[in-house]
Amino acid sequence: MSPTTQAVLQFLQAYWVELVCGVVIVAAVPLVAGYAVLVERKLMADMQARLGPMRVGPHGLLQPIADAVKLLIKEDIIPRDADMLIFWFAPVISMVAALTSMGALYFGPAFRVANDINVGILFVVGVSSLGFLGIILGGWASNSHYSILGAVRSTAQLISYETAGGLAMVSALLLAGTFKIRAIVEVQSQNQVWFIFLAPVGFFMYLVASIAETNRAPFDLPEAESELVAGYMTEYSGFRWALYFLGEYANMIVVASVATTLFLGGWLRPFSNVRWLSWLDFSPVLVLVALGVYCLYRAGKQPVKVQSGFMWAVALGCFAVAALFLTPWIFSPLRFALPGLNGAFWFLLKVSAYIYMFMWLRFTLPRYRFDQLMHLGWYILIPLAIVNVFSVGLALLLEMEFGWNRWLALIVTTILTLGVAAYLVHLNDKRGAAASAAVVASDSYAG
Amino acid sequence: MLDSIVFYFFAGIAVLSAALMVTRRNVMHSAVFLVTTLLSIAGIFLQLRAEFLFVTQIIVYVGGIMVLFIFVIMLVRLDVPLHQMRFRFQRLVALLVAFALGVEVLVILLLARKLPGAGLFVQSTAPVSKLPPNSEELSRTLFSNYLLPFEIASVLLLVAMVGAVVMAKGRKRADES
Amino acid sequence: MMSPAHYLFLSLALFLIGCVGVVTRRNVIVVLMSIELILNAVNINLVMFSRVFGDVAGQVFALFIIADAAAEAAVGLGIIIAFFRNRETVMTDEMDLLKW
Repeated sequence: MSPTTQAVLQFLQAYWVELVCGVVIVAAVPLVAGYAVLVERKLMADMQARLGPMRVGPHGLLQPIADAVKLLIKEDIIPRDADMLIFWFAPVISMVAALTSMGALYFGPAFRVANDINVGILFVVGVSSLGFLGIILGGWASNSHYSILGAVRSTAQLISYETAGGLAMVSALLLAGTFKIRAIVEVQSQNQVWFIFLAPVGFFMYLVASIAETNRAPFDLPEAESELVAGYMTEYSGFRWALYFLGEYANMIVVASVATTLFLGGWLRPFSNVRWLSWLDFSPVLVLVALGVYCLYRAGKQPVKVQSGFMWAVALGCFAVAALFLTPWIFSPLRFALPGLNGAFWFLLKVSAYIYMFMWLRFTLPRYRFDQLMHLGWYILIPLAIVNVFSVGLALLLEMEFGWNRWLALIVTTILTLGVAAYLVHLNDKRGAAASAAVVASDSYAG
Repeated sequence: MLDSIVFYFFAGIAVLSAALMVTRRNVMHSAVFLVTTLLSIAGIFLQLRAEFLFVTQIIVYVGGIMVLFIFVIMLVRLDVPLHQMRFRFQRLVALLVAFALGVEVLVILLLARKLPGAGLFVQSTAPVSKLPPNSEELSRTLFSNYLLPFEIASVLLLVAMVGAVVMAKGRKRADES
Repeated sequence: MMSPAHYLFLSLALFLIGCVGVVTRRNVIVVLMSIELILNAVNINLVMFSRVFGDVAGQVFALFIIADAAAEAAVGLGIIIAFFRNRETVMTDEMDLLKW
């Protein structure tokens, strides 16, 4: 066996977990993003008292596949005088940045690509910010007015809210004391409390900043159809647009995963250290069995045979996955897989809850105008984020140097931060009232 | 061997992108190639186990400075066709001087082999597992030994930010405010 | 880590390419980008020697260089924008206001 082959085999033997997880991520994320679109359309329909996509496949479940096929066979229109090199690579940059930043994330205690790198969270945030380059280069390369306007607005919004989001993350990192992802979750496990309860202001600021980071409503002016056609994505058709789109949804998953790791306890189940609640460890199995039973119940009520057959299939699928989760309990040699499976379940549940909140906000809140958006970012969120970092640091200082109770220190400083937030909002209201008073004073038609 | 593959990969991309950057006619292409150069230099930092610097390079240099460059290139974009340079031999002279400088440094480096205790060409350093965690070590040194330069750097960044905003704002708006 | 000579050659190559870019190009934005390339070549040297000697001060200095490069790029680009607003050009040949 030649030394090269030997070296390659050695490499595979050492790094096969990482390679398999990497392949699963790259293969699964486009599929998950496609089904996230379907979930969003169904939820939107539900909140608007209608049904959503129902035609393609039972209950519209094959809609993402139909969408993917349509996008792949669409004509590839390239605007004249578009900069070919950059036009080709801009969507690729966006997608690659989102997927690479997933490389450092832990989706549960065992599923990861990079083995707990020293600067985990910073790497995720830094590489996902490379996606901004894809946006602005794509807008510029399209050689079109709407594209450049949309790209410049989008990038300005993204870099403003990245600062606020980063500072909100710093408040949680102060409590964790490290950048390593596994260590952050372990600190939350040791302290038996998720960081959302210790730094709630930080969590809400990160929520707002992450909504703006992923260009979601109510901060989605750069890609709103009534404003800028599709912003920087206007001139991209077919598969290129699909790459941008997938990059945006992959970014959503990344941002939700970072929030889950930092604030929502990562892969810990609720009350992870309380012994008498350890029956909650069975909850993946229980949830899936309950879902299967509900599907069986609904299967009997379907009017059409195909749909009831489909419900039976979904129910059987749920029972199969529940059996998969149950196997480590039954076969003792497989017990080592238990923390991985359970952790992955809780992690994905929290990420889904966070993304559900994104979608819920999209269907509920009206869109921010661009100057209102920038004012919110620079005048309210960034000062509040800086004050929040100070207050969490002050709380830790009080605990370490003066021996205060950790909870007391954090509650006191959170109240201070909320006071500053109320003052900032009051200033904003005064400015809004002054602006509208000026409008009323200058409007000669007003009564 | 993995180490050398990683090094040659990043080094090759860095030199290739740098050479492409200084020769492209289209300024936006130069900016994109500078982005790839900076990313490969970040890879070199990671290979040297300087993880915090790797992340800082990506966040500050690529995510900040290059976005700024691209914005400015979009603002000052001129569609004037580039006519020939006035001094015809400028490129040749520059290449000759660079070559001379390169040969000079190479000669010095190769002469260093003959000196006793010269470790420049020896591939051995402390084993990886003995390295202290990089971020903690760097922050400890930064905030104890180099606290004054750190504070001065933050004042410098503030001054630069204010100066750039004032200069780019334009005369009319500066008069209004 | 490879031998220090590898990194020295790499940083020498990048430094020389940056110098050629500064001297040769007429577009002042490309000149600024070449200056950034020179600074990065120096950073590679610093980090490599910090690893060889086990002293993290090299990386601290490289961090300061990155911060300084950010400030300098911001100010330089502000100057370019102000100049462009007045003179409508970014070519170094045409920036000859002080010429007698």
